[in-house]
Amino acid sequence: MRAFTRGLIGIAGFLALWELLGRSPLLPADALPPPSLVFGELVVQLTSPEFISHVVATVLAVLIAIAIAIAIAVPSGLVLGSVPAVRHATRAVIEFLRPIPSVALIPLALVMLGFGPETKITLAVYAALWPILFNTIYALDELDPLLVETSRVFGTGRVGVLFRVALPSALPFVLTGIRLAATTALIVMVSVELMAGSQIGLGFFIMEARSGPGRMDQVLVGTVVAGAIGVLLNSGLERVRKRWVAW
Amino acid sequence: MSNMLEVADLGHSYGDYEAIGGLTFTVRAGELVCVVGPSGCGKSTLLRTISGLIAPSRGDVTLNGSHLAVVFQDYQRSLFPWLTVQGNVEFPLRSLPRAERRSRAAEALAWVGLSAAAKKRPWQLSGGMQQRVAIARALAYRPALLLMDEPFASVDAQTRFELEDLLLRVRREHDTTVLVVTHDIDESVYLGDRILVLSGSPAKLVADLEVPLPAERDQVTTRTDEAFVALRSKVARLLNVGGKPTLDVDKWAAAERESLSETVSS
Repeated sequence: MRAFTRGLIGIAGFLALWELLGRSPLLPADALPPPSLVFGELVVQLTSPEFISHVVATVLAVLIAIAIAIAIAVPSGLVLGSVPAVRHATRAVIEFLRPIPSVALIPLALVMLGFGPETKITLAVYAALWPILFNTIYALDELDPLLVETSRVFGTGRVGVLFRVALPSALPFVLTGIRLAATTALIVMVSVELMAGSQIGLGFFIMEARSGPGRMDQVLVGTVVAGAIGVLLNSGLERVRKRWVAW
Repeated sequence: MSNMLEVADLGHSYGDYEAIGGLTFTVRAGELVCVVGPSGCGKSTLLRTISGLIAPSRGDVTLNGSHLAVVFQDYQRSLFPWLTVQGNVEFPLRSLPRAERRSRAAEALAWVGLSAAAKKRPWQLSGGMQQRVAIARALAYRPALLLMDEPFASVDAQTRFELEDLLLRVRREHDTTVLVVTHDIDESVYLGDRILVLSGSPAKLVADLEVPLPAERDQVTTRTDEAFVALRSKVARLLNVGGKPTLDVDKWAAAERESLSETVSS
């Protein structure tokens, strides 16, 4: 429990610093509302059906994006990791695509997909693909040859080895990739909502609060909630990993 | 007695490096044969060619049965960590109906005394228990030949004795044909009905020795038996342990093979 106590002390210190900075004359008035104000507004917003619908929209879109990213990246990773020819053929394209920031693709996605949720989900999928894909490929590289030999000795064919040995043994790495991808998907989701004229979602809420009434306390409420979603996603997936992959 | 395994002029090279050069021997049904040789003499290559993991450069391996099973030295890396002990033992039995898989796995685990650990994960068990799981998995597969690659080299001395006796008991109870590859001379004499002595690289057959010990063996009395001590010394001399050539190995081996070929064919 000492680690927990230390964590609490860290959070308290962060809030105190924020409170001081928010009330100090160094920053323009109302630029950084202190946590005492922000958490008051948070309580108000959490009872507002409109705010909740923004949160639900973002969380749902993130979950859909993660599911699609898994469905694409894990099979691709298995193919790329186990067939060297395909891996060599695609290496240049992947190395080119990977560093492109998702937000740089917003204009292209808007033209191709319009202003609906497809755009933000597609961009989040794009960003979330890479950690899952690379972790899956890496996991296959790390596959213990003795496990493969053991299964081959017991009459397991190539496809059997892939599904009964390679995939389960890759699972810990894949789950780590998914955990990284979940955070990335959330970041991209909120960014796209904020920048691409979305009509709903946390990013949209933040943008509206800023550009309309200039309510910085509401902007920070949106930010705090986005952070909280990130923490929950991360710890939830970590718990899944510990439960399923105990070795 | 019929031959379970026939190896004829088996040779294998990795590029220019010849690992094994022309091995010919047989393993009879129900027999436990130990292959002993110095470290790095190509024993692993021999095992991998027999098990079909690699295709030999030349020669033939004939198994008079449908399939064989292998127990590797490195049990930690050979058991599947995401499966339970029972799941590991059932792994080779995928083509069977679920109920039969269950009963065969339970049976094999009972043979090695691990019924209570069926639901555990391999990494929750001690090294010796893990190797017993690997043995149970191999036995559940009901192989025509059980191949073992340095099976007890990674456990402590006490566990090693227990596992050796377990192997002897299990093969006697179930009439299993076993080929054990080892670098341990004492172990080869203690376990074997017959010992194949290999020379260094490329591996060649130096001697094919019958073990003149009763089928029932005991860690204390067998190891002090005169026949045991004599045979151990003979194998050690053949392997040139200690570095001083004490006899002309090739000449001796040729004579020995000649005399033994009569025993084998009779």
